[in-house]
Amino acid sequence: MAEEALKVSDLKGEFRKKVRELLPKGNLDLCLTCGTCSGGCPATGLEGMDPRKFVRMVMLGLDEEVTTTPWVWMCSMCQRCIYACPMSVDIPQMVGLARQAWPRETRPKGILGSCDMALRHDTCSAMGTSEEDFEFVVEDVLAEVREEQPGWENLEAPINKKGAMYFLNQNSREPVTEPEEMVPLWKILHLVGADWTYGTKGWAAENYCMFLQDWEAWEHIVRVKAKAVDDLECKYWLNTE
Amino acid sequence: MFAVRAGLQKFNIEHNFEIESIIRLYARWIREDKLKVNSDWNKDLQVKFTVQDPCQLVRKSFGDPVAEDLRYVVKKVVGEENFVDMHPNRSNNYCCGGGGGYLQSGYTEARHQYGKVKLNQILATKADYCIAPCHNCHSQIHDLSEHFEADYHTVHLWTLIALSLGILAENEREYLGDDLKEVNMPGY
Repeated sequence: MAEEALKVSDLKGEFRKKVRELLPKGNLDLCLTCGTCSGGCPATGLEGMDPRKFVRMVMLGLDEEVTTTPWVWMCSMCQRCIYACPMSVDIPQMVGLARQAWPRETRPKGILGSCDMALRHDTCSAMGTSEEDFEFVVEDVLAEVREEQPGWENLEAPINKKGAMYFLNQNSREPVTEPEEMVPLWKILHLVGADWTYGTKGWAAENYCMFLQDWEAWEHIVRVKAKAVDDLECKYWLNTE
Repeated sequence: MFAVRAGLQKFNIEHNFEIESIIRLYARWIREDKLKVNSDWNKDLQVKFTVQDPCQLVRKSFGDPVAEDLRYVVKKVVGEENFVDMHPNRSNNYCCGGGGGYLQSGYTEARHQYGKVKLNQILATKADYCIAPCHNCHSQIHDLSEHFEADYHTVHLWTLIALSLGILAENEREYLGDDLKEVNMPGY
């Protein structure tokens, strides 16, 4: 005798419910199980998982497996799966929710540490750089270029210039580990006569709190950054990428 | 960029500014002739370049138009004949494996395994350099080359723009290979 078909609605699945509540595209019935997501995902095969399998496990209520597999940290949330999906099932958001199901202190230490560092100063730097340190490095590097590179005596790297058109952000890696990498960009901005500024608050481009899926911290950092740009009355928040 | 863009939306944060990418500005400044780049320095050298489309910038934010801007800038700077695209590309590009906190996650072996897709994409272009206009991409693609002993270099876009303009100082050439360490040095 043939086995009866599984009725998904009869299966327990707290995580599935959460997905339905929180996601605008959380209707998992839309998934055609075609596997297009997995076919084009570099994380397919890691930890014996792939995006399609992950969605099926959510659907079948395998909460324990879904919320404990380290695979959710091996997905880079790049959104290629949702881009390729004929039904636009938002798998990366599900991965995000699964990350969130991990007790905060058990999430990967490196990401956790980077998020916590960013909460220490209004610079939002994941490397913990303070406002004073950033200002010092920028001024120090600028002075060196002005002195040692003929033709660049008037190079500028404005900080907290109110009303500038562009508020430039910078990945912490540069001021902290390779400050000379900031210089080519300054030179380009100088040549085109761009009206730009750094802000001592909110200059750091990175945001690991989002990856950590600590929403409160993520929101805090975005608010600090947005306020920094608005306080300087800049028209554009400019990314170096 | 994505964290701010998505965060402003998700948490309903009021703000008076717009989000802009320097890639779009580079393209505009070159079109307006404010940024007078050229590829003469690479005419005889014929050094080949490919480019990584950062997921956060292209697929997750501004889409294919910014990928076109990126190619416009790169071709102006290195010469059209010296640009080799990887496949797939633009919004359909593969993530390098540097995003999502991967570099900080501690799952290094998985990250290298994941990155093999990108590595093979780059190797298939036979390019000498991969331009990575995103920090996470830069770190990951640089690390992939070292880990798998591939011999391509990884560079920031601003390095090449400044090289083309003849304003790239000696100590700003950290990521260039020996072939470009002394090319188009500032004339002083």
